[in-house]
Amino acid sequence: MTVAGLLQHEAFSPVCLPDGEREICGVYIGDLLSWVMGRASAGNAWITIMSNINIVAVASLADTACILLAEGVTLSEEIVATANAKGINILASTLSAYELAVCLSRLL
Amino acid sequence: MNGQLTFHFDVDGSDFTSAGQASVQVKKDLRQLGLSPEIIRRVSIAMYEGEINMVIHAGGGTADVVVTEEEIEIILTDHGPGIRDIAQAMQEGFSTAPDNIRSLGFGAGMGLPNMKRYTDHMDIQSEVGVGTVVTMRVSIPK
Repeated sequence: MTVAGLLQHEAFSPVCLPDGEREICGVYIGDLLSWVMGRASAGNAWITIMSNINIVAVASLADTACILLAEGVTLSEEIVATANAKGINILASTLSAYELAVCLSRLL
Repeated sequence: MNGQLTFHFDVDGSDFTSAGQASVQVKKDLRQLGLSPEIIRRVSIAMYEGEINMVIHAGGGTADVVVTEEEIEIILTDHGPGIRDIAQAMQEGFSTAPDNIRSLGFGAGMGLPNMKRYTDHMDIQSEVGVGTVVTMRVSIPK
């Protein structure tokens, strides 16, 4: 499934989708950024509650398909602009990380 | 590619939020050279961890990247406090990062282990009160 495809599901709302046709392969959940860089695979949908600017760099370097912000976390306009410029897809949801994972396991 | 390509970056130690600019630039440069996504991913993550370390602990430093046909070498140099016990610093989970850094999602004690994990060779030369030089190499498969 593509990142844009997730938006068919009501759980997800778009934050920015500069590369919406990117295919999702697997899921990783984590908030410790070095842990994410050490363990997430390229193409993963990355579920996190972190909302600082460094998540954009981590998603870019770890080459994840998208960031999924859980628990209704929001980002500043500056971070969204940076993510758009770097080609990083971000979706948001009010669901918890666990609920998002359950949802993704049905969808992917 | 003939000979070698070199890139030099100054890593600004004053602004934690801009850390990673050198790694993101290297990622772009390596992509233009046509290297495989996996090699690029390994190099850029290892370099980012090193950059973050220099910003957290050493007030910045420099990053030099040398690309040849055989390998990519990353040399990170700082004039920070140095590492007292390198073996301890290499242990997963060991960290001396302050709380404000931890609240940003770093400082989990995974930086140096990740740098080792993603490179084929890593060497740390450090002197307390003088600084640290980390050299990492990633081989390019034929």
